[in-house]
Amino acid sequence: MTRINLRVDQENVSDDVEPRMLLVQYLREKLGKTGTVIGCDTSNCGACTVLLDGRSVKSCNVLAVQADGAVVDTIERLADDDGTLHPVQEAFRECHGLQCGYCTPGMIMQTVDLLNENPDPTEEEVRLGLEGNLCRCTGYHNIVKSVLHAAQLKKSQETGVGA
Amino acid sequence: MTAVDDRPDVAPDSGPEIGRDRRRKEDQRLITGRTRWTDNMALPGMLHLAMVRSPHAHAKILSIDIEAADRSLNIYEVFTGKHLADTQGVNANAWPITPDQIAPAHLPMAVDRVAFAGEIVAVVVARTAAEARDAAELVDVEYELLPAALDLKEAAEADADNGVLAHPDLGTNKSAFWQLDSQGQGSSTRGIDEVIEEARAGGIVIEREYRQQRLIPAFMEPRSTVVDPTGEQITMWTSTQIPHITRFLLAATTGVPESKIRVIAPDVGGGFGGKLQTTPEEWITFAVARRIGKPCKYTETRSESLVSGHHGRDQWQKLTLCATKEGRVTGLKVDLLADMGAYIGVIGGGVPVLGAWMFNAIYKFDAYQFNCTPVLTNKTWVDAYRGAGRPEATYAIERLMDELAAEVGKDPLEVREMNWIKHDEFPFTTVAGMTYDSGNYEAATAKAKEMFGYDALRAEQKERRDRGDKVQLGIGISTFTEMCGLAPSRVLGQLNYGAGGWEHATVRMLPTGKVEVITGTSAHGQGHETAFSQIIADRLGVPFEDVEILHGDTQVSHKGLDTYGSRSLVVGGEALVLAADKVIEKAKPLAAHLLEASADDLEFANGRYTVRGTDQGIGIAEVALATFAAHNYPEGMEPGIDAESTYDPVDFSFPHGTHLCAAEVDTETGQVTLRKYVCVDDIGNIINPLIVSGQVHGGLVQGISQALWEEAVYDESGTLVSGSFVDYLLPTAADTISFEIDHTTSPSTTNTLGTKGVGEAGTIASTPAVVNAVVDAVRHFGVNDILMPCTPERVWTAIQGAGSGAPTVEDAQPHFEAEGGQQ
Repeated sequence: MTRINLRVDQENVSDDVEPRMLLVQYLREKLGKTGTVIGCDTSNCGACTVLLDGRSVKSCNVLAVQADGAVVDTIERLADDDGTLHPVQEAFRECHGLQCGYCTPGMIMQTVDLLNENPDPTEEEVRLGLEGNLCRCTGYHNIVKSVLHAAQLKKSQETGVGA
Repeated sequence: MTAVDDRPDVAPDSGPEIGRDRRRKEDQRLITGRTRWTDNMALPGMLHLAMVRSPHAHAKILSIDIEAADRSLNIYEVFTGKHLADTQGVNANAWPITPDQIAPAHLPMAVDRVAFAGEIVAVVVARTAAEARDAAELVDVEYELLPAALDLKEAAEADADNGVLAHPDLGTNKSAFWQLDSQGQGSSTRGIDEVIEEARAGGIVIEREYRQQRLIPAFMEPRSTVVDPTGEQITMWTSTQIPHITRFLLAATTGVPESKIRVIAPDVGGGFGGKLQTTPEEWITFAVARRIGKPCKYTETRSESLVSGHHGRDQWQKLTLCATKEGRVTGLKVDLLADMGAYIGVIGGGVPVLGAWMFNAIYKFDAYQFNCTPVLTNKTWVDAYRGAGRPEATYAIERLMDELAAEVGKDPLEVREMNWIKHDEFPFTTVAGMTYDSGNYEAATAKAKEMFGYDALRAEQKERRDRGDKVQLGIGISTFTEMCGLAPSRVLGQLNYGAGGWEHATVRMLPTGKVEVITGTSAHGQGHETAFSQIIADRLGVPFEDVEILHGDTQVSHKGLDTYGSRSLVVGGEALVLAADKVIEKAKPLAAHLLEASADDLEFANGRYTVRGTDQGIGIAEVALATFAAHNYPEGMEPGIDAESTYDPVDFSFPHGTHLCAAEVDTETGQVTLRKYVCVDDIGNIINPLIVSGQVHGGLVQGISQALWEEAVYDESGTLVSGSFVDYLLPTAADTISFEIDHTTSPSTTNTLGTKGVGEAGTIASTPAVVNAVVDAVRHFGVNDILMPCTPERVWTAIQGAGSGAPTVEDAQPHFEAEGGQQ
């Protein structure tokens, strides 16, 4: 067992974990953060994507011990405390960017990172930026639309704040 | 009679909700991570299961040594098939397609022999999932290998003396023979043999053999089951499309009274037919939890899911199409071999049979014959996958129509138009004996052609061909139809299916005016909570937000037949309407009583009963409150206005559409790139256009993916080499394109909402559209077929004149050593 200390969804947490425990298992099994899900065992599907120190990672591809000292953000605290949705969440709902919703936490967290990197992506850049996340329901059409819409929402919010 | 232009987009007397792009009620919990997937469940004292699976396709189990596993840390029990034999029940074949169908007994856990790689031979029960998996590695199984039947065609030829049998004790691999003969059943006057003879003498005969490769449904949420045996009932949470059927079959095969079993399908992450199954894993978890008396959970890994969840498609289709020299189709004969894998699933035998009414599609033939032989092999079992029988049939006929067009030298759309049912001929009884409710193939095609820019793309294709461009353009067409709304119970009875096709609904008016609606359908991504709320809001005249849709729990929804076969709206939606209408009728005497008027003078609209010709009225919410207080109600009336309804459809519905695909083929590399995809679907009236668009897009990509990317591949020892998402190629956002979709509207005449069903349309239509485009791009090289998936290698090989590509088994290149292939 190894002691880890990290900040998850704006709370400090500390646990003894097996060295082989994956970050996604730690989030789900130790912290009960079941909003983050597991879709495969080969790091292909991206359903478990979270932000690690602000950058997207597949949390099945990170050991819990590697996250020691890090800041982890999951889908569960993306909305504001008052329930106001993050622009990416809002865009996925507005554009029907989800059906069964299983890939959605990963898609949304990946999109957050994508738009941080590139606030004004083209359709092509969106498609390449989501290549590591699989969806079986939507055919990606409305997911791509959601990401482009989220970019617009973010932009207008930022303009609004600046004005 | 249908005419597109004068049809409204929504049901004529519907209210403000139907036809509206309502954002989904489901989304709030799904986009914030407040989800209830089965694997999220944690109960006090819950134990975890890990399965030990056979690495061999066919073997005798000589011994199982569980001692080392049993001694491991925190292990409760290890059970083999022998331990569970008397309590584990069986996985049922609920659709024996013929009275004498041969179906091997399917025990959830093998006892003496395994019949496919991935079959379960033991289960380890531990305090944590990790400890269970560790110990599962220590279970030592001694096998005696048996020859495995892997190739579908060879398996069909084998008997006790020659070849390999998947189940030697059965004496054959042929599970059944099922035939539809149009002349025999009286749906045509001419017979198929006569028509073929005539075509051979003076017409055109096109003979082809098409391969429907094996696919994997690959829903995103791996299956998970939690069983809690504590308390008076046994509760099972499971990732399924069919909680009601699961409960019934658990009771029927284990002897536990149905009233003591509660099955809950909480949030379910996709199914596509893959969760239309009662699984060994569910049965084993149920048996173990009962045996130990503690809650138990089993969650599969993705690799387990791919090897043990049922697969789809997997057919060889031998086709004989007859036509006149001008291109008028006179008949079609279909000889189908369908790979069932090692066992017959819950509706596995029925899936290829569902194609029987679809090979003739939208066309008029003189004669038709469909012969189907389901065959047992030593591979993962095969059952429903999105479309289930209909995509296979649609692929065959839409490919053949292109071949016929090439043969007679006409545009493929022109040949289709020569043969299809005209819009003024509906209702139309086809050569297969189905009566199509409504449609307008001319209108959908005209709209699609215009959106596509058909003539300009044909001109560009010609120009590129003339110039010998290394990138050639192909145009693919699919003017498909399908049958939705499974199904009239009497029809299912005639087909020997074990259940009916009705659906149930309950509408409860709560005292606060909110409405609780219970449906027997079980959504897993389709948006029932939203679309069904729209229907009820309009019917009862209540706000959309005031309607709550409950489903997927047999204790809440006591009666239902679940979600598959594009049935939920067409059948389940109709049950909702009937139940709501009963509420309106039931509340009427009370409304009259409260208004001190005669019930005959009341009319109901926009949620209010009003006395005809006056402004006197009362809202349905007030009536609901009055029944709750029950202080003042008419003599002889019960104080309640809730109602239930069970709706059995009178017939199927037949959506259709025209799909046009432009694909570019690099003739030097064989690479196929989608350039444009247009579809105009006619799915009758639309409740929520936004949800419909999502269903179409997702369906399209699954069908396109069969054409270009996906295949479940076995090596020569019977190991699934495409056993992970590294090897089984699901498309990503970077592989796909955006689509242009639209609709024409010919309301269904078989239900009052006029809806037809859309869940499977995209998948059924798109596969032949894409392959037709690929073949069209390279037809001038002498290519008339390319095996699916049309990989660069197969396309390039076809251009080089070496045929359509190699068959599956020989073509397989294992990506890793099959040795010790424990998944």
